[in-house]
Amino acid sequence: MIKLKKILPPLALITTLIAVWWIVVVKTGSVIFPTPLQVVTGALELIEDGTLWEHISSSLMRVGAGFLLAVLTAIPLGLWMGRVDGAYATLNPVFQIMRPISPIAWIPLAILWFGVGNASPIFLIFIAAVFPLIVQTAAGVHTIEPRYLNAAENFGVSRYKLYRQVVIPAVLPDLIVGMRISLGVAWLVVVAAEMIALRSGLGYMIMDSRNAGNRYDLVIAGMIIIGVIGLLLDGLMRLMEGHKSVRWRYDR
Amino acid sequence: MTDKIVIKNIKKSFSSGSESKAVIDGINLTIGDGEFVAIVGPSGCGKSTLMKMIAGFLQPDEGSIAVDGVERKGPNANGILISQHGSVFPWLTVQQNLMFGLNDEHIDKAAVADHYADLVGLKGFEQHYPRELSGGMLKRAEIARALAVKPEILYMDEPFSALDALMSLRIRTELLRILEEERHTVILITHDVEEAVHLANRVVVLSNRPATIQTIFDVPFAHPRKLSDPALQQLRDDILRELGIDC
Repeated sequence: MIKLKKILPPLALITTLIAVWWIVVVKTGSVIFPTPLQVVTGALELIEDGTLWEHISSSLMRVGAGFLLAVLTAIPLGLWMGRVDGAYATLNPVFQIMRPISPIAWIPLAILWFGVGNASPIFLIFIAAVFPLIVQTAAGVHTIEPRYLNAAENFGVSRYKLYRQVVIPAVLPDLIVGMRISLGVAWLVVVAAEMIALRSGLGYMIMDSRNAGNRYDLVIAGMIIIGVIGLLLDGLMRLMEGHKSVRWRYDR
Repeated sequence: MTDKIVIKNIKKSFSSGSESKAVIDGINLTIGDGEFVAIVGPSGCGKSTLMKMIAGFLQPDEGSIAVDGVERKGPNANGILISQHGSVFPWLTVQQNLMFGLNDEHIDKAAVADHYADLVGLKGFEQHYPRELSGGMLKRAEIARALAVKPEILYMDEPFSALDALMSLRIRTELLRILEEERHTVILITHDVEEAVHLANRVVVLSNRPATIQTIFDVPFAHPRKLSDPALQQLRDDILRELGIDC
């Protein structure tokens, strides 16, 4: 019952928006802008000939690869920056300058360096995802309460144990938040990253549908699918917040 | 009784901006092996700073602190600090917390951990997370984690101040029982004079900031002590008078 109460209002809003969209398109008699029904038929067409799955899996593969590379880079780097003041003082200003540069600005360089294969979009997604995660990880280490580090120092445990049982579990909640932000950003730039992709991906599908014959029904279908998958990915990341070794941070 | 900790003329000041404020101004104290010394003083007089220096987390500006004749440079597992705010890791279970300080010499770490959990009355809670425990249980888990590594010295910085009077008294009694079994040298910082006379062999009274030793009282009573004992009450009043409170 409580779940239904939470779901009902947004569901009603979405229904209303679709209805308004439909009415406006019909009333204005637009030839190019599609009705919701046309969007659904367009999407069904792509599902039937199998291209939609191809686009979705290409996009997910690129985002997955770019995000994974970002995680593998950012977490060790962020932990190091959090623990060693010199590393933080040296690297942080550089990352703060790189962070606000939109991944779109990197497109010419990506083409120059990696050509127009899969490597370019993966690189762009990596660039977008890596900086927020580095910053969040380092900040997480900095906010570990000194009493816990003091206790670990007092017991004279090994460096391995210090990281394994104190530093990493203490920053884990921040890591999860950082990964949620990072994956969100990675998915956000997929369209821009796939502008330079060859023949696959949801971003490519959107650009191609417009270029090859003004198929705005497929443009909108692509947009909606990106939104829904983004929501699912975030839901997946949020599941990690329920893990019992990080619950100490959330339920208080 | 052999000397365990020898503190020689330590001084410490903190600078804020351009001015430097002396916090500890020349403290000399020798603590015997197996002795229980309580340090009391007005609030804000620098008790915690003193404790951090004795435990090795802070270096004095002048003077020296030696443990077993060796000058102390930093904290180590020979002396465990039990801090006011508690430092039981919230992301580990009680058992994992108690196993934290144990090194690989222990063959069965879980068994050692469970023994100490039992000792402080946490039997049955080994697999619980700290957030599932009450304040008193948390404190006992922290004491058990310290005892598990068999430290020669326990540094206790107002360990019971966050507990209610009943729980504080109960844990004090348990602590005395444990100390009976496993002899440790204990330094206790407290603002509770009754707690000091209940537990300690000697009570050191500090002056206002910058802290120096004002007086040292011997507590010549055998355990178990009764708090209602007139001699004990008299001693408590004497210490309170020394702190500037007439009652």
